[in-house]
Amino acid sequence: MATPAPQTDPTEARIAHLTLPAGGWSEAARSDALARLRSTGLPTRRDEYWKFTRPDALTQADTPKAGVLVDDEPPIFGDTDALRIVFDDGVFNAEASDDLALEHVTIERLGDTKADIHWAQGVYGVLEKAGQTPVARPLAALNTAFASDGVLIHATAKATRPINLVYNHRQEASDAILHHVIKIDADADLTIMESGPAAARFNKVMEVDVADGAAFHHVRAQGRDHERLAATHVFARLGTESTFKSFTLTVNGRLTRNDCVIELTGDDAIAHVAGACVGDGDFHHDDTVFITHDAERCESRQVFKKVLRNGAVGVFQGKILVKAGAQKTDGYQISQSLLLDEDAQFLAKPELEIYADDVVCSHGSTSGAIDEEALFYLRSRGVPAPIATDLLTLAFLAEAVDEIEDEALRDVLVARLEGWLERHRS
Amino acid sequence: MLTIKDLHVKLEEEDKQILKGVDLTVEAGKVHAIMGPNGSGKSTLSYVLSGRDGYEVTSGTAHLGDVDLLDIEPEERAAAGLFLAFQYPVEIPGVGNMTFLRTAVNAQRKARGEEEMSAADFLKEVRARAKELQIDADMLKRPVNVGFSGGEKKRNEILQMAMLEPKMCILDETDSGLDVDAMKLVAEGVNKLRSVGRGFLVITHYQRLLDHIKPDVVHIMADGRIVKTGGPELALEVENNGYADILAEVA
Repeated sequence: MATPAPQTDPTEARIAHLTLPAGGWSEAARSDALARLRSTGLPTRRDEYWKFTRPDALTQADTPKAGVLVDDEPPIFGDTDALRIVFDDGVFNAEASDDLALEHVTIERLGDTKADIHWAQGVYGVLEKAGQTPVARPLAALNTAFASDGVLIHATAKATRPINLVYNHRQEASDAILHHVIKIDADADLTIMESGPAAARFNKVMEVDVADGAAFHHVRAQGRDHERLAATHVFARLGTESTFKSFTLTVNGRLTRNDCVIELTGDDAIAHVAGACVGDGDFHHDDTVFITHDAERCESRQVFKKVLRNGAVGVFQGKILVKAGAQKTDGYQISQSLLLDEDAQFLAKPELEIYADDVVCSHGSTSGAIDEEALFYLRSRGVPAPIATDLLTLAFLAEAVDEIEDEALRDVLVARLEGWLERHRS
Repeated sequence: MLTIKDLHVKLEEEDKQILKGVDLTVEAGKVHAIMGPNGSGKSTLSYVLSGRDGYEVTSGTAHLGDVDLLDIEPEERAAAGLFLAFQYPVEIPGVGNMTFLRTAVNAQRKARGEEEMSAADFLKEVRARAKELQIDADMLKRPVNVGFSGGEKKRNEILQMAMLEPKMCILDETDSGLDVDAMKLVAEGVNKLRSVGRGFLVITHYQRLLDHIKPDVVHIMADGRIVKTGGPELALEVENNGYADILAEVA
C-alpha cells in the first residue's frame, strides 16, 4: 500500500503527527473533539481572536525546539507544603512525584484510566465544548482529542494540602499536550499551583467544575525558558456561591497564549482572573479572557498587568458577557501595560456585551511609562534610579499580584519578579 | 555647608532664564530663609540643587561641603546629605510608606559605605519618630502619600527628613496648604532636627512659618537673584510692607 500523500491542509498536517488514544472512557469525548477541530480548523491570522497573535508556531506540525534553561533558581513552589505531581516534557515522572494520595481528594491520571465508566466523563471535553461558543478555540479541541496525559482531580471536601503540578522541560525538541479535569464538590476547597515551562511547546487544558459553595484557587508560574511556546486554556463552570480565583505569572517565553473561559451559572458566584507578565525582547504574551454571567449577583474581576521592554509585545482580549436575567452583575476589568521603552507594544481589546439592565460593569485599559515625578521623588531620597524603577514597576504590578489570597504564595511570586527585574535592568 | 556661587539656570525646554546669578552660603547649624514673590525662582533653586530634570545650569557652582552637587545624580546628592522637603509631595500608589523609607535609609547608608539598618532597629526608630509627628501606624502602612491630607503629606516629609538625617535640609513652601495647628506640628518637627552640624534653607512666601522656625538669616529673592540679606527683622518687614518696598529700594 502506498504511503498517504503529504497533507497540505495545516490542520490535517498537525493531526498526522499525533496519535488519538483509543479505548477507555474518554474515547467518545476525544473523537467528538476531533470532529470539532476538523470543523473549525486550526486558528489562523484571519480569525477574530488571533489578529494580535500569530498562531503559526502554536499550530505548526513539526515539533518545535526551545533551549532548556539552566536552572539558577530553586523550584518556585519548592518551599510550599504541597503534593507534587511532576511531568517531564509532558510525560508523568512517577519517581519525582508524590503518592497521589490526599485526604478528601481523588487523584488519577488521564493516561492511566482505562475503565469504561469514570466520574471525569461528565467534565472531560464537556466544559471545553461549551467554551467553543460563541468563539471557537480549536487548540483546546485539539487538546481534548490528543492529550497524552493529565490529572483528574476530584475534591469532596476541603483539601488539606495544595497540589503542585510541576512541568519540567528536558528535551530541546519537545511537544507536550496535557489535559486536566478538576471537579470540586459542594463546599469543597482546593488549591492548585502549576509551575514550569513544560516543553518546547505546551498545549494545556484545565477544565474546572466548581460546585455550589465550593472554592478553587489557582496560582501558576509559567517557566522562564526564553524560546518556549505555550497555548493554555482554563475552562471553568461555577455554581451558586462558589469562588474561582486564578493568577498567572509569566516571565519570558517566546510566545504564550493563555485563554480563560468562565461561566458563572449559579447566583452569587465570584470569579477573579489575574495575571502579571514581564517580557524583555523576543516575548509575545496574550491573555484572552471570556467571562459569561448567566446568574444573578455574581462578581467577576479581570486584572492583567504587563511590563514590556525591548520589543516585547503584550496582548489582552477580555470580554464580559452578561446574559439577560443576570441582574446585579458586578463586572470589573482592567488591563494595563508599563512600557519601559519605545520599542515595546501593547494591544488591547476590552469588550462588554450586556443584556441585563441592572448591572455594574467597568473596564479600563492603559499603556504608560514610568512616572517621572515618582521616580525623581524616590531618587531625591537616595534610592538609586534602577532600584527606584524596580519599586515603581512592582507597584504597577501590585494590583494583579494582590489578587493572590495566600500571602506566602504572593511573597514567593513577588520575589521572582524582583529577581527578574534585577536581571533585566537597563 | 551649602555654597552656591553665581548660579545661572534656564529651562531646558524653552529659552527662559530663571536664575540669574544666585550667591548664597548656608553655614552648618544655621537656618536661612528665602522669601520672595511668586516667580522669583525660589522653587527652581530647590529643584536644581536636588537634581530634577528640566533645568540647565548655564554657569555657576553649588557645593555641599566639598561635594560638587551639580555634577552628580539626585540619589548621590541625597547620599551626600542633601534633603528637599517637597512643596507637593508625590503620591506613589503601590509602594508602602515603610518600604519606601527603609529602602531610602539603607540605600543612603550603602552609598556611604555604612552598614544597613536591621529591620528591627528601623522599625523601632521609625515608630519613635512617627509618634513625635503624630503619624499613626496606618499612615506608615499606606502607599506613599496616597490619600494623605495636605498636613499629613508635610508631616510625612519631615518624618523622612528625620529618618534620613541629612546635613542640609531645604524646605520648599512647607507651610503651603497647612492650617495653623498643622504648621506648628511641622515646625516642631523641624526644630527638633536643628543641630550644630545641620543647615536649613527654608523657602517661603509668608513670614508666618518663620514665627515657628526662627531663621538666623533672611534672604529676599527677586527675578532670579538674592537682592537683599538681613536678620529675622527682614521677614517682619516683608510681612508689614510687602515686597514692593524692598524691591523698589534695591532697584
